[in-house]
Amino acid sequence: MKLSTTTKNGVAIITVTEPRIDAVVAIQFKDAMRAATDGGPDRVVLDMSGVTFVDSSGLGAIVAAMKYLGLRRKLDLAGLTPDVDKVFRLTRMDSIFDIYPSVAAATALRAAG
Amino acid sequence: MPNPGPEPRFHIETHGTADSVRQILIDLRAFVEGLGPDADTSGTIEIVMAEALNNVIEHAYAPGCEGPLWLSAQRDGGLLRVELRDTGRPLPGFKLPQTNLPDASGPLQGLPEGGFGWFLIRDLTDSLSYRRFGAQNRLTLEFWLNRAVQP
Repeated sequence: MKLSTTTKNGVAIITVTEPRIDAVVAIQFKDAMRAATDGGPDRVVLDMSGVTFVDSSGLGAIVAAMKYLGLRRKLDLAGLTPDVDKVFRLTRMDSIFDIYPSVAAATALRAAG
Repeated sequence: MPNPGPEPRFHIETHGTADSVRQILIDLRAFVEGLGPDADTSGTIEIVMAEALNNVIEHAYAPGCEGPLWLSAQRDGGLLRVELRDTGRPLPGFKLPQTNLPDASGPLQGLPEGGFGWFLIRDLTDSLSYRRFGAQNRLTLEFWLNRAVQP
């Protein structure tokens, strides 16, 4: 499971480069997320715009990645495609993540004041 | 009006692994798309079948004991009927389990990483039934292909 990582505005942006986070790759995804986030910024945005399918194994692996970061750090999601968004909504797991329509929206600097 | 002929049928028998499940899902989705479903229906069917198939390889067959998967799908009127068979362990009590969502309201480290599968299956199927038949589990799932014209 290959993830690509960049940093923007002090935020780690991790892009999932495979279209499916499912039972085949759930464990590899968890391992790859640990490696990609260790020692990095407190805030992590996971770019899901290239992911077209997530099953409950994949959902669990994404939750595990958030738990791994711990309370002091944050995992946000960006660019959920329709079938993926549906899985998060139906399981109510959309309430435990901040979900943005895009990485740009997730990393936009807020105006001061 | 000419006889339209028999409905095409999707059928596969294979060894159950996460990789073969992935391929079944991709192939089944292509079959469903060919039936002209509503825009979100093929995605719904894929989500449900992922959970049902993963349940077989993760639970029906004990760890280290793989087994066969048998899946058949065919349109019947406005419905897609899917039948999934395996020769693994029966569902506890020989019936479909309770399907409450795991509780996601607690602290971070207590958040659920699993237990969503049967909820998704129940929530997204229009009909669901299970039967133990000799040494086989048989799960039948039905999906309306076009909701706008169905009740």
